[in-house]
Amino acid sequence: MNQWIIPIFVLVIILYGFQKKVDLYNSFLEGAKEGLITTFKVAPSVVGMVFAINLFLNSNFLEDTLSFLLPFLNKIHVPMEILPMAFVRPISGTASLAILNNLFTLYGPDSYIGRLASTIQGCTDTTIYVLALYFGSIKVKKTGHALKAGLFADLVGIVASIVLVSLFFH
Amino acid sequence: MVSYIWGIFIVIGVLYSIFTGNVGALNNQVLNGASEGINMVLKLLPMLVLWTGILQIAEDSNLLSKFSNLVKPVLRKLFPSLHKDHKALDYIASNIAANALGLGNAATPFGLKAMSAMQEDNPNKDIATPAMITFLVLNTAGVTIIPTTVIALRLMHGSANPSEIIITSILATICSSAAGLTLDYYLRKKANR
Repeated sequence: MNQWIIPIFVLVIILYGFQKKVDLYNSFLEGAKEGLITTFKVAPSVVGMVFAINLFLNSNFLEDTLSFLLPFLNKIHVPMEILPMAFVRPISGTASLAILNNLFTLYGPDSYIGRLASTIQGCTDTTIYVLALYFGSIKVKKTGHALKAGLFADLVGIVASIVLVSLFFH
Repeated sequence: MVSYIWGIFIVIGVLYSIFTGNVGALNNQVLNGASEGINMVLKLLPMLVLWTGILQIAEDSNLLSKFSNLVKPVLRKLFPSLHKDHKALDYIASNIAANALGLGNAATPFGLKAMSAMQEDNPNKDIATPAMITFLVLNTAGVTIIPTTVIALRLMHGSANPSEIIITSILATICSSAAGLTLDYYLRKKANR
């Protein structure tokens, strides 16, 4: 089923575009150009984040300081490597993407860790960043229980990812 | 916040590597640090360019707005405090539609417009309205159908089946959105009492 979603999606978009007599190719070029520009715009932040995240992860600081959690994590089938991902996901999308890249390089995208990290990255957005941006834009200072509910949603998303990935890929 | 964490990562990484005697590896990493980031940008580039191109067709044919009309009835239920023709609902629908299809950058302008539309009839400009909070929770829970960036990165790392994580991502996002919205609903009710 997973393999069907994107091809069908593309087909529907093209057929619908045909029916509505959209100038398909020029539309595509316009969008692709925008995609190119945005990707290059985020390049500096990606370079900065990958640099910092790799320094941090490769120093083994996390493994050494959190090794006392290992027996507990093993019991619930959560690889320790996923912890930085879970911790950084609500704060910065680029940083968690950099961690994802690092995990793919070390363990491969089709490993248990790779699939779990993919699902976590895919299932939730960066709560703290979005909150700061959206409330900041209209100068709202008292944000009520938005942070609490947002972080709770992240936590449930991460737990659900662990359960789902162990169920689906075994 | 992000800039603070960024600095902390570097400081801990460098100090701990020195402390554990890995200065040689550290030196290489500092020198090669940028190439890995650029590599990642190049890995993501092809699919993101293709995807934004395809979705531009969906936008020009009004398929995207059709899709957001589809989510609107659900949104009316989630935002009881907004009038059913409130223009914020349109922006919220477009924001969610764009986010769901993996177009985070296209989603943000809609999100900002939704916020300022809701701010217009906010009596206390300093304090978030219940509708704003619900929108933020929905947004940060990240309703996803196609996690484009993740698929692109998996593809370029040689995954045998890059899109195999779509179903687990959709199910996990349903769990996180439902959890966030439930807690939001519960806290809203509690505050009104």
